[in-house]
Amino acid sequence: MITLEHVYILSGLMFAAFALGRARDRVHPRRWRSAAFWGTYALSFLAGSHLPDLVNGILLAVLIVLGASGLARPADAAPPTERLLASLRNGNRLFVPALTIPALVLIGSLFFRYLRVGTEPLVDPSHATLIALACAVLVALLLGYMLLRVPLSAPLTEGRRLMEAVGWAAVLPQTLASLGALFASAGVGTVVGRLLTQAIPMTHGAIAVATYALGMLVFTVIMGNAFAAFPVMTAGVGLPLIVGRFGGDPVIMSAVGMLCGFCGTLMTPMAANFNIVPAALLELPDRNGVIKVQIPTGALLFVANTVLMALCVYRH
Amino acid sequence: MLVLSGIAIVVLGFALRLNPLAVVGVAGLVTGLAGGSSLKGVVETFGHAFIENRYVGIVWLVLPVIGLLERAGLRERLQALIIALQAVTMARVLVAYLLLRQLSAALGLNALFGHAQMVRPLIAPMAEAAAERTSAITNATRMEIRAYAASADNVGNFFGEDVFVAIGSVLLMKGFLQQNGVVVAPLDLARWAIPTAILAFAIHGGRLMLFGRRVQRAQPSNP
Repeated sequence: MITLEHVYILSGLMFAAFALGRARDRVHPRRWRSAAFWGTYALSFLAGSHLPDLVNGILLAVLIVLGASGLARPADAAPPTERLLASLRNGNRLFVPALTIPALVLIGSLFFRYLRVGTEPLVDPSHATLIALACAVLVALLLGYMLLRVPLSAPLTEGRRLMEAVGWAAVLPQTLASLGALFASAGVGTVVGRLLTQAIPMTHGAIAVATYALGMLVFTVIMGNAFAAFPVMTAGVGLPLIVGRFGGDPVIMSAVGMLCGFCGTLMTPMAANFNIVPAALLELPDRNGVIKVQIPTGALLFVANTVLMALCVYRH
Repeated sequence: MLVLSGIAIVVLGFALRLNPLAVVGVAGLVTGLAGGSSLKGVVETFGHAFIENRYVGIVWLVLPVIGLLERAGLRERLQALIIALQAVTMARVLVAYLLLRQLSAALGLNALFGHAQMVRPLIAPMAEAAAERTSAITNATRMEIRAYAASADNVGNFFGEDVFVAIGSVLLMKGFLQQNGVVVAPLDLARWAIPTAILAFAIHGGRLMLFGRRVQRAQPSNP
């Protein structure tokens, strides 16, 4: 059966190739630090499932230290004239590999479940989408070589250029998700929930709604993830007060409350994979550039959501 | 109360614009120690969670393809196409992508598009090219267009996915409520995500149109 582990090995090989490419780049002053960073990340993909937790923790510590101490800047892109000539030569064939990726992800996530070897599924059904993404990338690469005239080394050199533009931010989402796990095991959520309910007098249903909605927003901004905020706020404020004391509808409260949290996700650097990584990927000089354009939408939508909940939750 | 020190470190670290990776590492260490774990225990918990969350990094697999296509002139080809299509304005590119992203996420296909596979190679270059059709744009405007392109992806993704019944957040809500003795149907949860989905499209789509008008006004008109 093809599992997530195979995709991890493919990813690990790619990061290892980036590390080697960086190490062979003789001129760059920070090449060893960068090569060690991508090499360590590669190791966590290749061997992480078999290493003890302590060693994996040390790998993460190495990534944090190397990443925070400054990595090499990416190489320059090919000169514009060269790319323009290539674009004239390749024409609309360029779109074939680009659109292959979403098309194959769609097909894979819908139809992988029907592929079987004997009685066993060919592809792990619980991770069909991620495995489909990896397959789609391989097919798109093959199509790229077949349809376009590009140097053989282009995927690795150009892929490394993009990866280095993202730099340390590449491992931030994964590190933040791990911080969430630490917060959970240390009981941060319950403490925050208790503080909130003690601080605000819940004399009226509308106050409970406002506290719940605002709590979802603030807690999501802090944790970077509405999924972490939902259990805390729902157990602390939602169920005992909105549903229990004031008789609100749990469905409306939960659905709209979660979306209040999503408004917070638009506004926080802690949601790194949505806000910080794209800023790096798009080569914005300000790493909060994406958040800045999202704050008005997040704020307006949050107010709308709170009003929606206050109007609907007690009326059923 | 001591366990909250990690949150304080995160807030302070981001406010002082320190390296987020270092801030998160220190916050995790402090939180774990304050929660009563040993240093070894904290490193182990951190390491275990880091390995468990590797799936977040799989998206980087698309970079070699995107790099290859950019090297082969994808951006330049898009520019040539967009400039020829007069009806395609920057705002329309972004609103159309917002709608596409939201609808596909509402069908449970939120992995189909994203920043690495769509925004960087296709959407941002299209929006930039459309804005540049009549006259040059400043570098600051170019960066703002890219930021808006990323925001269209996020808003569409977040406020589309909850309309789908089998998405993680809907199942999380159902599971958590069930643990607490409240039985709800996922379909009802998904249904109550629709009003917000419509509001999100109206608000963000409206802001994208306003941004388009602002960019157009800032440009010197064509002779």
